Amino acid sequence: MIALGLEGSANKLGIGLISHPAQGKPPIILANLRHTYHAPPGSGFLPKETAKHHRSWIVRLVKQTLQQTGITPSQISCICYTKGPGMGAPLQSVAVAARTIALLWGLEDKLIGVNHCVGHIEMGRAITRASNPVVLYVSGGNTQVIAYSHYRYRIFGEALDIAIGNCLDRFARALNIPNDPAPGYNIEQLAKGGKELVDLPYAVKGMDCSFSGILAWVEGLADRLASDENDSRADRLKTEEGKVVTPADLCFSLQETVFAMLVEITERAMAHVGAEQVLIVGGVGCNERLQQMMGLMARERGGSVYATDERFCIDNGIMIAQAGLLAYGTGVRGTVEDSETTQRFRTDEVYIGWRERDG
Amino acid sequence: MAQSTTHTLPPPFNSSSTTPKPPLITQGAEALLYKTTYLTPSTPIALKHRPKKSYRHPTLDTRLTKARILAEARVLVKCKREGVVVPAVLGADWEEGWLACEWIEGKTIRAALDGYLKRDVGEEADLRGEGVRGLMGRIGVVLAKLHGIGVVHGDLTTSNLMVRQLEREGDGLESLSLGENREKGLEGEVVIIDFGLATQSVQDEDRAVDLYVLERAFGSTHPQAEGLFEEVLRVYGESYKGAKVVLRRLEDVRLRGRKKSMIG
Repeated sequence: MIALGLEGSANKLGIGLISHPAQGKPPIILANLRHTYHAPPGSGFLPKETAKHHRSWIVRLVKQTLQQTGITPSQISCICYTKGPGMGAPLQSVAVAARTIALLWGLEDKLIGVNHCVGHIEMGRAITRASNPVVLYVSGGNTQVIAYSHYRYRIFGEALDIAIGNCLDRFARALNIPNDPAPGYNIEQLAKGGKELVDLPYAVKGMDCSFSGILAWVEGLADRLASDENDSRADRLKTEEGKVVTPADLCFSLQETVFAMLVEITERAMAHVGAEQVLIVGGVGCNERLQQMMGLMARERGGSVYATDERFCIDNGIMIAQAGLLAYGTGVRGTVEDSETTQRFRTDEVYIGWRERDG
Repeated sequence: MAQSTTHTLPPPFNSSSTTPKPPLITQGAEALLYKTTYLTPSTPIALKHRPKKSYRHPTLDTRLTKARILAEARVLVKCKREGVVVPAVLGADWEEGWLACEWIEGKTIRAALDGYLKRDVGEEADLRGEGVRGLMGRIGVVLAKLHGIGVVHGDLTTSNLMVRQLEREGDGLESLSLGENREKGLEGEVVIIDFGLATQSVQDEDRAVDLYVLERAFGSTHPQAEGLFEEVLRVYGESYKGAKVVLRRLEDVRLRGRKKSMIG
């Protein structure tokens, strides 16, 4: 069985082609193409421009996928597209493409709408072979701690206001850090040069956390940062030891603080459900400092961390194909008429028919 | 779950080399809980040790450990003084990262509910039973009392609420301890434990988030018993002035959290 996956819920357009050979064999990734819309520095990506980007690139990417793999439409079992959650206009533009392809290739009754979050989880599990992990899903729009139980991915903890990635993106804007290749990536690189830890708010509530207060706090500090370590202007921000704070120090402090919060709520969920594995998915999951901190936590608990690299962490089409094909395998079908999209789509709304009841 | 890896006890609990290391009761997210003795060899205590977290920046780690131990001790003392049933504080050291509390004999609500639901297997658990509804009501009362004195727990789960085991002798309660009583495991005083994330607050928002955290713990840990939580809220709503406002606020929090729009 081969599935084509189309993803475009945010600023990445992803096309993936996956094959599930025989029962019990690992899936084979045939193609994983992506094109990203970058907003100019100091601003974020808006629905209209992002949708336009997806519309103008999707035909090229699908053609390229077929050429590259030599797969013909007749070999494809189903078309999988992101149903939600995500930004409305980009989701719709990709859904229109999915319907068109389904009609062209005679697959109009094999159109599978996939939950974006479930796509991330299933791709992470497939790549890392983590069997039943606690999942930390961290991206521009989502921050969730998830564990599987009784055919659902249940949300144990989440951000109560803005997502971690949104916090990082907007922080990058405040400091005019470029959006290319990704604001979070650039923060990560800058943070490597940071040494001084600035005292920032720390907001954990049980297995939930909050980032908007921290964001407002660091945005307020942005104007008072030193240009470099030798900046002697009197009004500059200083640590308790009297050292000036550079943009690198603030990036470092922000990462140390917000990632500590994420690791803490993940550890609490692991303690609560008695899990030893932890899987990190979503765009922020590529951050190597986050992976390192999670690894240290897991090791102290006698467990292990599973993470993937940017090919699978960042939004991609292959994860949509993977989750869609799993559903297809259990008999899930969809028609062009039913192929809606939705901005609101909770992870725990999806019936996970392809897993055993208890894991 | 509680593998005792290489953890060592903080001083002074590591001093006696003659006695065996006290048993590790549970490994939470932040702390290790041991059962040992303090002050006298016959005073059992729950020793909560917060070892250093290597994943955290040392400055942040020190700051959080100190703040949390102090806050926990202060809140426990306040609860005790105001008549909320919590373990008594016997000692603390935030440099070494430990807090010693009275030992509560009993089981967690999580274990009690699991036991109850398991016994009732079959297709549908009986959620109308007087015992289980009574227990939910007692949780509601205790939470109302806690919030009423200006304390927010910050990490309410069914693992952080306990049912204290009934005294078998003396109190004239022998009649209750009939072995065949299927709801026996649900009886006893509800004790709130683990105030590691507690704060002192009288804001409706904080109280509502507190309830919301517990509501979700109910839903995710005991999916079959999600309906029971309504009883907790019903009794909570009747138990102190201001509770109704908190319950209305809870509806707002639910919209932001569980069913909030998720973009991306």
